[in-house]
Amino acid sequence: MSKGKVWKYGDDVNTDVIFPGKYTYSVLDPEEMAKHALEDLDPEFAHKVKPGDIVVAGKNFGCGSSREQAATCLKHAGVQAVIAKSFARIFFRNAINQGLPVVQCSEAVDNIQGGGEISIDFATGVIESQKGVFDFAPLPESVLQILDAGGLIPYIKKKMEREKNHGENNA
Amino acid sequence: MGQTFSEKVLGAKAGKTVKAGEIVFVSPDYILSHDNSAAIIQEFRKLAIERVKCTEKIVIVLDHVVPASTEKYAQNHKDIREFVKEQDIPHFFDVFHGICHQVFSENGFALPGKLILGADSHTTSYGAFGAFSVGIGRSEAASVWATDETWLKVPETIRIEMSGKLPAMVFAKDIILNIIGKEGADRANYKAVEFAGQAAQDFSLASRLVMANMAAEMGAKNGYFVPDEKALTWLEERAQSEFEVVVSDSDANYEAVLDYDISAIEPQVACPHTVDNVRPVTEVQGTPFHQAIIGTCTNGRIEDLKVAAQILRGKKVHPDVRVLVIPASRKEYLQVLQQGDLEALVDAGCLVLNPGCGPCLGAHQGVLAPGEVAISTANRNFRGRMGSRDSAIYLASPATVAASALEGSITDPRKYA
Repeated sequence: MSKGKVWKYGDDVNTDVIFPGKYTYSVLDPEEMAKHALEDLDPEFAHKVKPGDIVVAGKNFGCGSSREQAATCLKHAGVQAVIAKSFARIFFRNAINQGLPVVQCSEAVDNIQGGGEISIDFATGVIESQKGVFDFAPLPESVLQILDAGGLIPYIKKKMEREKNHGENNA
Repeated sequence: MGQTFSEKVLGAKAGKTVKAGEIVFVSPDYILSHDNSAAIIQEFRKLAIERVKCTEKIVIVLDHVVPASTEKYAQNHKDIREFVKEQDIPHFFDVFHGICHQVFSENGFALPGKLILGADSHTTSYGAFGAFSVGIGRSEAASVWATDETWLKVPETIRIEMSGKLPAMVFAKDIILNIIGKEGADRANYKAVEFAGQAAQDFSLASRLVMANMAAEMGAKNGYFVPDEKALTWLEERAQSEFEVVVSDSDANYEAVLDYDISAIEPQVACPHTVDNVRPVTEVQGTPFHQAIIGTCTNGRIEDLKVAAQILRGKKVHPDVRVLVIPASRKEYLQVLQQGDLEALVDAGCLVLNPGCGPCLGAHQGVLAPGEVAISTANRNFRGRMGSRDSAIYLASPATVAASALEGSITDPRKYA
């Protein structure tokens, strides 16, 4: 897994500051959504974020609305993963379903500083940083498959195509 | 060790014994969506398949912006109607039925022991009838339409044991606001919340809906009440399918058991801009506001409109405020109309809107200008939710909102007991 620069934030980063509600019906293209990522929390973020960067935050990341755009905008801004002490439930699902890896690891959040570079191994559950190596419970294989496919819709599409081909081969 | 309600329902669906923390692949009994069905349809089309897998499981209710206020919303509704026709989806409720959570319940889809998914964060509501109901996102709703399956983590359970009797002019809304204020907005994140104890069973079904609905504001995955005789009698004439009552074992493993004596709770108000910023009404009384809202999926049912009518009957709302009344559904609307409560509210100066979400999510029908303040019976008061980012929302019970409407500032409803 390649290294990424850390953007560090606090607790309770809500879906409104990740992707403001005023854009939910006017901004529909994921690349356009990315331009507003974290706009009301850190106006600099969307301009300076680089592909592969990593967001590190405190507890209850993504709380509030069920809007899936909160995950979509981070993914399309190039964010490799979000590490947090905890995630709000619907954001957690939306992130995986958008192909954005989410890692729960309080120890890493307490130790890692903004601006540094870290790497994450999702399969083994290891975060490597200058501040040390931190272990986390890896996501289950079934969830990793969704992430590998780039999200739930491409995952389901491939799966259905495979099943269809399998069915035809057996016919 | 026994099992919780949630472990039992998800275990039955997964075909094995499961424990909190496990991830299971399950097929839901119903899947609800509303105006966001237009976005779900777009995701579904990306899968390049022709048919949804189980048409009879899909329930679509148009409620968020009804009737359509802009061309964009009108197009969304049109796309949904065409999709419903194309896919032969039998359970479609067009703009004149009411708010999805009320319509879903009163049409008998919210049933004990059922696994219900909904593309709305307040899908937790159906726990009022002993269902396992949980909110999901749009991609996920599209994939469930296509595959009839999804993954869920079996939640740990917090049991809220309620004792005592409601004091005069204190309601389920005050109790749940008090709980959220004490426990915090993420206390129940990923977790199931069981509302238990004699006081839980004393609550009407409408009051149980208030609490299960607002379990979402503690971060809960699902809320739950034991479906008792009261619930089963109500469901008897409307159940859409066979069901089985599922209850937790007496030796089930709880993450926590929290005790609440409801007889000690005063009327509560959630102050701007978070639902867990809760204070007793006595601490915020006198706060002026511009708009009052009595309605929404939280508090737009008959018992809510009746208590408002009881306070406002024969009086006039304060001339400096505007009061919007929004029944939760056409069925509830008709009953309060026939029983004279709506007449009392209109006579008092309230503006009655058609059943639907109204201004709750800031889309139409009474959004707030910069600097304006609202007091609402809704479930969320996030910054900017009802319009301008520079507006503010207080949340309270229908009684507190009605009493406040009379005086033009936040008022303790016990004055009008």
